Amino acid sequence: MEIAILTKSPTFSPQTMEHTHQLEPNKWVDRYSDYLFNYAVSRISDTEMAKDLVQETFFAGLKSAKNYKGDAAERTWLIAILKRKVIDHYRKINSKKGKAEVRMPQSFDEESGNWAEERVADPYSQAGKSQLENEELGLAIQECIAKLPKKQSMVFTMKTIQGISTEDICNELGINPSNLWVMIHRARTALMGCLNQNWF
Amino acid sequence: MISCEEAAEICDKAQYDEVSKWRYLKLRIHLLFCKTCAQHSKKNTQLSHLCQKAELHSLTESEKEEMKTELEKKTLVGKS
Repeated sequence: MEIAILTKSPTFSPQTMEHTHQLEPNKWVDRYSDYLFNYAVSRISDTEMAKDLVQETFFAGLKSAKNYKGDAAERTWLIAILKRKVIDHYRKINSKKGKAEVRMPQSFDEESGNWAEERVADPYSQAGKSQLENEELGLAIQECIAKLPKKQSMVFTMKTIQGISTEDICNELGINPSNLWVMIHRARTALMGCLNQNWF
Repeated sequence: MISCEEAAEICDKAQYDEVSKWRYLKLRIHLLFCKTCAQHSKKNTQLSHLCQKAELHSLTESEKEEMKTELEKKTLVGKS
């Protein structure tokens, strides 16, 4: 809370009241790449493709940076771009598939309106609900990880998400195991606090 | 009896299955007597469950570096 007040007070003026957000493209990868990647993977199981979409999102963000009005937070703005990218991705796939499947009676065919209704996800089903919840949880965790100091988030991610062994992380980052565990401890404590209100 | 610092350390390592049975037992005994550590330990374990449940994905550091380089290239093109 204190930090928020401190960072905002120097720019406090009627003009900047509405436009408090600024773009910092040089920090995008560190801050948002895992967050966006998580979202992309949850929508497209192909990780390579998901990675490409994240990269494309950054490019598109850069291209349309001049249209950014600062009303939304950088992260919200970027995820909106990624959502478009995911939709475009599915459009592309479907237009390719459509040609091959025209003659199949049960297929998904947009033109004749023959929607495969039973394949549409039911948002009220239990499975759909828990999947959505997990996706939300994933994004919440990534958001919290992004708030950690760089080195802590790196160590935590390598250890917890990528499952790399303590020895390998130490070798790669040039730290000793007790350093690593101190960072893990700080990261985990911070994450517990960050996730506290909504998830525990 | 181990200290709270040691308990916290064992608890962290236990989240990654990197603690011996003997040390884990010492932690369990400490938790019986120390409410603060017991609470911390419970939350820590919950955090592990949440991380597992969320099926997190992340890019490797080299993939991120690659992305940064690509993005920098575009930034330079945009400025010139």
